[in-house]
Amino acid sequence: MSFPWAQEYKPQGTVSKWVDERLPLPRLVYNAVGAGYPVPRNLNYFWNFGVLAGVALVIQIVTGIVLAMHYYASVDGAFNSVEHIMRDVNSGWFIRYAHMNGASFFFIVVYIHIFRGLFYGSYKAPREMIWLLGVTIFLLMMATAFMGYVLPWGQMSFWGAQVITGFFSAIPLVGEPLRQLLLGGFAPDQAALNRFFSLHYLMPFVIAGVIILHVWALHIPGSSNPTGVSVKGEQDTVPFHPYYTAKDGFGLGIFLILFVAVTFFAPNMLGHPDNYIPANPLSTPAHIVPEWYFLPFYAILKAFTVDFGIPFTGIIIIPAKLMGVLAMFGSILLLFFLPWLDTSPVRSGHYRPLFRKFFWYGLIPCLVVLTYCGGKPPYTQWVVLSQIAAAYYFAHFLIILPIVSRIERPLPLPNSITEAVTGTPLTPAAA
Amino acid sequence: MSTVKKTKGTVKKPAVAPTDTVVTQATAGTQNQAGGEGSGVRRRDFIHIATVSFAGVGAAAVAMPLVSQMSASADVLALASIEVDVAAIQPGQSIKTSWRKQPVFIRNLTPAEIDAANKVDVGSLRDPQTLAERTKPGKENWLITLGVCTHLGCVPLGAAAGEVKGEYGGYFCPCHGSHYDTAARIRKGPAPLNLTVPEFAFLSDTVVKIG
Repeated sequence: MSFPWAQEYKPQGTVSKWVDERLPLPRLVYNAVGAGYPVPRNLNYFWNFGVLAGVALVIQIVTGIVLAMHYYASVDGAFNSVEHIMRDVNSGWFIRYAHMNGASFFFIVVYIHIFRGLFYGSYKAPREMIWLLGVTIFLLMMATAFMGYVLPWGQMSFWGAQVITGFFSAIPLVGEPLRQLLLGGFAPDQAALNRFFSLHYLMPFVIAGVIILHVWALHIPGSSNPTGVSVKGEQDTVPFHPYYTAKDGFGLGIFLILFVAVTFFAPNMLGHPDNYIPANPLSTPAHIVPEWYFLPFYAILKAFTVDFGIPFTGIIIIPAKLMGVLAMFGSILLLFFLPWLDTSPVRSGHYRPLFRKFFWYGLIPCLVVLTYCGGKPPYTQWVVLSQIAAAYYFAHFLIILPIVSRIERPLPLPNSITEAVTGTPLTPAAA
Repeated sequence: MSTVKKTKGTVKKPAVAPTDTVVTQATAGTQNQAGGEGSGVRRRDFIHIATVSFAGVGAAAVAMPLVSQMSASADVLALASIEVDVAAIQPGQSIKTSWRKQPVFIRNLTPAEIDAANKVDVGSLRDPQTLAERTKPGKENWLITLGVCTHLGCVPLGAAAGEVKGEYGGYFCPCHGSHYDTAARIRKGPAPLNLTVPEFAFLSDTVVKIG
């Protein structure tokens, strides 16, 4: 499943040989992230973020398992148990802050990873399956992060649970019964908290499983690269180890420096102070917002303020509430169709002048605006801005990308990765 | 850092003879200035070992809080000492109380029980201790021990009225049959040690502080 010139694992010692014949796990590692995996020689630092996301997941699992040793999922005790972790448990403050900020850093890393894929066309054939699994991981992450945010049972936890489960009540006919089924009651309470804790513990392992599929699917065609040109021969690749273990290691060092800097010096920078108020089912905070990584989607939700119906008849086909929810879920589900919406055979944005303009001057500003508006109270100017940005978001993927793919004239591609790197054309013999 | 082995990571480099030669860093530096392709320690070996060592120290530093979080937290340690009013305990009576989530027996020994404890030849005991060593001077009638059998941690009988006190009139552990005498010393059965005497002090004639 790799290139024919991949180095073969050769067990050296007697024990290694004995193990290799019975359980070739070292061979698997060697072929997956060792010298046996040839990788394009021209990967830039954007290709670090897959490994960084994996590390972020490990940080979350390790700190999360430790937190679960001290946390109790009870509506009376959850908030206090989190404070107990912060004040009484040895190093508990550090572990909780690491888990809290670890979630944010996981999303930062994954968002950059997704943007890398969007810009360099990593979702295109033959890598569609990697992309589909990646979007699945993203959805699972969002569910996990949401349920984790509920666990401290502060004001934002409680009202976040109320609002998010409220999405389901928008579904016609079955919505409200479905919501009550999910919550195990009429409002978030003990039953909801307990099941959220159970699922929050389970989901990271489901994510880890899908990551294995994601990496497996990656190893069939091998990594993409900044030129988007396929690997043509051995001279286009270097072994993953030591070249990219070293490069990823360096990136990991930078990532960890930033992560601990925030964890130690600004641990609550990315959180919301209202979540340090115990949950009160009788009083909603004046302005409830989700965690920052959900803000673009929250803005899309809030952008739909008018019922969709037949004009002048008063017949409502889709109420605004349902529209908002559908649009919000649609904005992510849309990504599943991306490999077939962008029909250009050129992968990398470097060689696509028109695509590149829409990416940097359309999609990125649109997402910045959505993130900003998502955190603002629902006043007219922010709602209008969200509506414009949300409209662009959908137009970008559903209209602009297919048209651009058709009319764009890509720049000439290099003949090979090696030529792009060294500037010398490939000799026929080497090809 | 003087002994440096040739490490992996020399893919696509000209073959270098493996060597375990001990050289100084100064020598290594000289070789590197000359191109670093000769035998001996290369600058890259130093970088490898320094990097991996640094990562190892970092991993160990992270492991410390992850392990230390399991030890007793501040709220558990805050319950480390208790004060008990023993005025109501008559000679021959005992009470059970709880200290650090473990039972504690406080027993007011009768003169007969004190005599019985003092009559024993200390040298013949499995865990030789006199009653005086297990109580406070002038308060030899107050025997304060953990109610935790030193065999496998069951709570011995004998502290509450009507419970079996064992063959030696002290405590009897029903789990595996350890008998303790009136000074709560092990006399018969599998337990290796006398019932533990916690740290305690009389704050007044009737109030004792345990822990």
